[in-house]
Amino acid sequence: MSKPKLVSIIGEQEYYYPGHAACQGCGASIGLRHLLKAIGPNSILAVPAGCTSIIAGRANLSTFGIPFIHTAFASASAVASGIVEALDRLGKKDVNVVVWAGDGGTYDIGFASLSGAAERGHNILYVLDDNEAYMNTGIQRSGATPRGAWTTTTIKGKKEGKKDIIDIMLAHNIPYLATASVAYPLDFHRKVKKALSIKGFKFIHLMAPCPPGWRFDMNLTVEVARKAVLSGVWILMEIENGRLKLNPPSNTMLEKRRLPVEEYIKMQGRFRYLKGELLEEFKRDVEMNWERVKKILAEQSR
Amino acid sequence: MSITSRVKKVLTGNHATAYAVMQARVDVIPAYPITPQTTIVEKLDEFIENGLLDASMIRVESEHSAMAAAIGASAAGARTYTATSSHGLLYMYENLWWAANARLPIVATFVTRAIGPPWNIWSDHQDIFTLRDTGWILFMAKNAQEAYDLTIQAFKIAENPNIRLPVGVGYDGFYTSHTSEPVEMLSQDEVDSFLPDKRAIKPLLDPEHPYTIGNLPDASFNFLIRKNMWSSMESSLDYIRKVGYEYYLLTGRNYGDLVDKYRTDDAETIFVSIGAMANEGIVAVDKLRARGVKVGHMALRLLRPFPTAEVLDVLDGADRVIVFSRALSMGKGGVLFTELADLAYRYHLDIDVYDVVVGLSGVEVVDNDFIKIFRDVSEGVFDNKETIFLLGGKYV
Repeated sequence: MSKPKLVSIIGEQEYYYPGHAACQGCGASIGLRHLLKAIGPNSILAVPAGCTSIIAGRANLSTFGIPFIHTAFASASAVASGIVEALDRLGKKDVNVVVWAGDGGTYDIGFASLSGAAERGHNILYVLDDNEAYMNTGIQRSGATPRGAWTTTTIKGKKEGKKDIIDIMLAHNIPYLATASVAYPLDFHRKVKKALSIKGFKFIHLMAPCPPGWRFDMNLTVEVARKAVLSGVWILMEIENGRLKLNPPSNTMLEKRRLPVEEYIKMQGRFRYLKGELLEEFKRDVEMNWERVKKILAEQSR
Repeated sequence: MSITSRVKKVLTGNHATAYAVMQARVDVIPAYPITPQTTIVEKLDEFIENGLLDASMIRVESEHSAMAAAIGASAAGARTYTATSSHGLLYMYENLWWAANARLPIVATFVTRAIGPPWNIWSDHQDIFTLRDTGWILFMAKNAQEAYDLTIQAFKIAENPNIRLPVGVGYDGFYTSHTSEPVEMLSQDEVDSFLPDKRAIKPLLDPEHPYTIGNLPDASFNFLIRKNMWSSMESSLDYIRKVGYEYYLLTGRNYGDLVDKYRTDDAETIFVSIGAMANEGIVAVDKLRARGVKVGHMALRLLRPFPTAEVLDVLDGADRVIVFSRALSMGKGGVLFTELADLAYRYHLDIDVYDVVVGLSGVEVVDNDFIKIFRDVSEGVFDNKETIFLLGGKYV
């Protein structure tokens, strides 16, 4: 019997071990597993405070089969910069240095160090594990929390929209950016491999749903992530040297072949206040993202 | 040019430090500018650009990231150095603890400066004393020569596999950082043979030996991590003495004693201070001795680990200690005073310890301040229960 397509591409070797301390149905857990398979053992992972601080397991045990360093909340990109320079000095030029950081550690407290490392062009792959709130500390809103979402610090739903981190990172003129989703592991795997083949600072924005934080059953993680893409709330794309390309299935959705946004939000208890004008604003946010993509694509084809 | 033979140059404290760092052949220097530290890293940048130092300078976007990048570089096995002051030190504070708890042999210079508000760039020891409990080995130099000498020794101490703690060398902003004096530098060959092989630093992050650094332990395991740091700190005293003695054999400058003592042998009153003001204390001792008064001065060159044995040895036979602090613990007293006062209790010393706060915010401390306090304490103007504030020759 031949191996399934997924296994033949991503390989059977695991570096994310059983016994990890993630919640059941954790989206980040799916992401970490596939990230580690793609980067392989000749890599060093730097991770700031967040869910992965716990997922990593209890000392003296570890979830990870590769070198892994916990960093201060704001510091992952700077620690990674130090690692890159040290490896260069030590003549270890082929080691992948990877940051895996949550949305709080990226959009908010970690932003200065992220921006600094990107501006310096350090040879780092940065993977943003986005579950759209401070989940590890008990579901507080972050700069990544979407409009209307309930969190423990936006108990009637967040009034502000989600910060556009892709646009911000694009403004750093880095050679490779991509979005990804835990519902599309092959796409994520390919993007990680692609990013590692490029020298400089690379940024992958991975959507990783969180059952306890988003209020859905733990068996629905992949389904929620998929609905985010199929409803157009989450757009799969990559931007290489400034050139944007949509990836399947988002590339078929330019002309509104999308599920209604409600199909995505109704699965999640966090959106229980997303009604009326707030819901209309949320839809406008989604439309605006697509309009921006269309505009860029139109300019590119000119 | 590279230093092929022993040479004496007129250098500022900051440039003397930069030469020591260059001669130590550091690999990675993450740095962020802050007055009065900046001229160290500017000089190092110049050394790198001119091909005198083969190192990577990471021009980070904040001090928080300077220490974070130092953590990454050191964890990966590189010889790593940075420098900061004042608000920069406070901004990197969290990562100074990460560096110590992760047992990373980073060497840093802390050019002391007051903490605002209001803005103040002058020397004050409030910043370096915030490091007191972190697990950094801390020196405080009184001049540019000591800054140079201690920086060389710092790498050797930090990288000892039985110690593996970060080492900081402090000295006063402007008084030491920006004034020039003759500094004798070792030849490159001497430094090379004095320091250990930098490639002997065991990397914590190594794909050949994958470890996870910093996973959540249970409480008692965490307790033991701190206790083990304490033990390494305690046992480092012997090694610091040994390194200081080796350095003495090489240069004739005595660092094996750990404390810098001046005419203390028969002294009845001992002044205690650190950093640049120690030079004034020494002048005061000479002036008082000329009048037949038995006084001496002890500069606490090593703040952590605290050199208890050496300090007790100096205090033996004295009946009065006057401690001059350039840092204040609000609601408690002079910070250096509290460092000395507990010895009197623990070792049942029949000795009066006086608490004098001087030089805060960069106010000049002169020999006459020491002499005035000595006179007034001798005449019973103060007892040892109060904190005495002396500003510009007047009590406030």
